[in-house]
Amino acid sequence: MRSLNLRAALLSLALLVLLLAVWQVATLPSGGSPAPAAASMTAEEIEYAKLLGKDPTAGAAPAAARSGFPTPAQMAAAAWAQLASPFHDHGPNDKGIGLQLAHSLGRVALGYLFAAAVAVPLGFAIGMSPLLYRALDPFIQILKPISPLAWMPLALYTIKDSSISGIFVIFICSVWPMLINTAFGVAGVRREWLNVARTLEVRPMRRALEVILPAAAPTILTGMRISMGIAWLVIVAAEMLVGGTGIGYFVWNEWNNLSLPNVIFAILVIGVVGMLLDLMFARLQKAVTYAD
Amino acid sequence: MSPGLDPYDADRPLRLGCACGQHGSADEHVQAKAAVATLQARSESEDFVARANAFIEAAVVKALFPQDAVRRRFLRAVGRSTAMAAIGSVLPLASLQAMAQDKAALEKKDLKIGFIPITCATPLIMAHPLGFYSKQGLNVEVVKTAGWALIRDKMLNKEYDATHFLSPMPLAISLGAGSNPVPMRVATIQNTNGQAITLANKHKDKRDPRQWKGFKFAVPFEYSMHNFLLRYYVAEAGLDPDRDIQIRVVPPPEMVANLRAGNIDGYLGPDPFNQRAVYEEIGFIHLLTKDLWNGHPCCAFGTSAEFIQKNPNTFAALFRAVMTSAAMAREAKNRELIAKVIAPQAYLNQPETVIAQVLTGRFADGLGKVQSVPDRADFDPMPWQSMAVWILTQMKRWGYVKGEVNYKQLAEQVFLLTDAKKTMAALDMQPPAGAYPKFTIMGKVFDPEKPEAYVSSFAIQRAA
Repeated sequence: MRSLNLRAALLSLALLVLLLAVWQVATLPSGGSPAPAAASMTAEEIEYAKLLGKDPTAGAAPAAARSGFPTPAQMAAAAWAQLASPFHDHGPNDKGIGLQLAHSLGRVALGYLFAAAVAVPLGFAIGMSPLLYRALDPFIQILKPISPLAWMPLALYTIKDSSISGIFVIFICSVWPMLINTAFGVAGVRREWLNVARTLEVRPMRRALEVILPAAAPTILTGMRISMGIAWLVIVAAEMLVGGTGIGYFVWNEWNNLSLPNVIFAILVIGVVGMLLDLMFARLQKAVTYAD
Repeated sequence: MSPGLDPYDADRPLRLGCACGQHGSADEHVQAKAAVATLQARSESEDFVARANAFIEAAVVKALFPQDAVRRRFLRAVGRSTAMAAIGSVLPLASLQAMAQDKAALEKKDLKIGFIPITCATPLIMAHPLGFYSKQGLNVEVVKTAGWALIRDKMLNKEYDATHFLSPMPLAISLGAGSNPVPMRVATIQNTNGQAITLANKHKDKRDPRQWKGFKFAVPFEYSMHNFLLRYYVAEAGLDPDRDIQIRVVPPPEMVANLRAGNIDGYLGPDPFNQRAVYEEIGFIHLLTKDLWNGHPCCAFGTSAEFIQKNPNTFAALFRAVMTSAAMAREAKNRELIAKVIAPQAYLNQPETVIAQVLTGRFADGLGKVQSVPDRADFDPMPWQSMAVWILTQMKRWGYVKGEVNYKQLAEQVFLLTDAKKTMAALDMQPPAGAYPKFTIMGKVFDPEKPEAYVSSFAIQRAA
C-alpha cells in the first residue's frame, strides 16, 4: 500500500517534469533569423525595433518574443511577482491576488448560503411530497441548465446593482443541484425506517430531523458539494462580466493587458482554491456518511 | 519647480501609490513618480492655470455661441459680467473661473466615475493621479469597467455618478436605442481622432478597401464612432457593410487575440489596441481615423441629466477637473509623461511604450516605418452639436433608429449643457441660424442644417 502511494507520487512528479519539459520545448523561440546586430541597422530601423519593445543596442540577444505563449520561467516570474504582495491595495483597480480571492470567496459564500437556505428546505418539501415534486419538476428542469452568462444581463437589468447581481447569479446557478439532491435523498429514505417512526408515533418535526435528515444527509451533502463547485465556476464568469473586484476581474484585467503569464497564474489559483473547497466538502461528506 | 513638489524630497508623500510590483524596476518606479510630480508642478504653474481657465471659459462660451461673430456681438452687447450671469442662470457651468475661487458648496463629494481602459479616457484617468479631482474638493474613485454595455448599465443603475462614454452612447441612451430611454448629457468630448483601422499582417498587400469583400471586422460597440466610421469608410469604397463584410462587436483585447488567431481580418478599434497589435507583431495600422475625418469625436465624458440637476455645483467642479486635465493633455510636451502616469496596473495596464506611441504620435506602423503624426490623438473637448447631428445621421443611415429623427432637438439636449437659444431670446437676441460648424468627412462636406438630405445622399444605406 505504502509503496503504491510512493509510486503514485513519483509518477505524478515525473508527469509534472515531463509537462514542464514539453512546455519549455514548445515555447522555445522559433529558430528564425537572429536579430541583426545594431551596427548593421539604420537609425530608423533601430528606433522601429525599440518601439516594438526590442532594444537592438542593448547587446544581449533579445528575449523570447513576448507575444508567444509564456515559457515556464516567465510563468514563474509572473507568479512570484503576484505572490510577493498578495494583499497590496492601490485603489479599486489594483489589488493583490489575495484580496481579489477574498472578494470572490465572499461573494460565493453569500450566494451559496442563500442558495442553501432556499434549496435544502424546499428540497425537503419536494422530497416528502410527490405532488410538489411533479408540479415543480418542469420548472427545475428548465431553469437548471441555464448558464450564468445568460442570467447576468437579466439580473443587471432588474436588480440594478452589479455586486448583488453577481451574488444572485451564484445563487440561481448553485441552487439546483442542492435542491435536486435534497429531494432525491429525502424521497429515498428507506420505507422501513419511516414505518418504524410511524409505529412509534414520532411527531413530524422530530421525524424530519432525527430520521430523514440523517438518512438523507450524505445525498444532501453530495448536492452541496456539486453546488459549491458550480458556484466557484460561476463566480469567475460573473466577475469577468461585471468587473470591479474578484479573481474573475483579475483575469479580465490581465487579459486586457494581454498578459498571458498572469492569466495562467490566475487559472492555477482558481484551480487550487476550487480543489480546496471541494476537499472541505469531501471531509464534511465523510463525517456524515455511515456504513449500513 | 514649485516647492513641495520635488520628487526626490524624501518627506513628500507621492500620490501614485505603489510599493510596488507595478513597475519593472526600482528605476521605473522612481521615474513614474517623477512623472507625476513633474506634471503636477506643470499644472500649478501660473502660466498653465491661466491657460486652463481661459480654455474652460472659452469652451463654455463657445458652446453657447459657436459662431464667432455672434459671440462677439453678444459679449459686446451685454458686457462680460452680464454675459456670465446669463450663462450662469442656465447652468452653473458658467463663471467657472469665478467659481474656482469662491467654491459653491458641493452637493456630493464622493463620486464614482467609470472608465474603459483605453487611451481615449486619458483626461478622465490622469485627473486622478494628478490630483485634479481632489483639488476641486471631490473624492473621486475612477473605476475600470469591463465593457461598454456595463458602462451603460451602471449609469442607468446609478452606480456611477459620471462616466467615460462613447460619444454616440448618450444619444442612443437618450433615444432609448438599445436601452430604456434615460436622458444623458455629454459634458465634454474626451478625445478626438485616436482610432485606427488595423489589419492582420497577411493583408499587407490589400490596402484598397475594394479588395475587402468577405472580410470580418471587429468594433467595440454598436453605438460607437468605430462602427460608424468603419461603415462609412467601406461604403465609400462601394462595399455594403451589412452584406459584403461582417462587423462584429468584440472587446478590444479580444480583437488582438482574434487577429492573431485569424478569426478576424481587421478592426477599427480604440487605442492602445491598434498599437498593441503592432507591438505584438501581428497586425499593421492601415490608416488612422484622423485621415477619414480630422478632428472627429470619439469618447466623451458625460452623466445623466438628473445628476446635473441634482448636483449642479458638484457637476461644475467635476467639469473643471476634467477640463483642466484636457488642457494639460492637449500639450504635446506633457504627452510622454502622461503615458508614464496612466500606463500602470491601476489605469490602462499596458506597456508604457505602447501608450507613449499613441499619445506622442511617433509610432511604429507595423509595416517597418516609424511614422510621426503628432495629432494622432487629440483632446479637444468641444461637444459641437453638429457632431451629434452627424452621429444621428449615421444611426438613421444604418437603421439603428427608425422613422422621424429630430436631429437638432436631440443634439441640443444631449450635446449641449446650456440652452443657448433660451438665454439669447431672454436677452432679445436673434438665435443664429446655421451656427453649427460644418465638417468634411472623406472629402464630403457634411451640412448639419440638412441632415435628412445628407442621409439620403448615400448610395448605400438602410434608412427607411
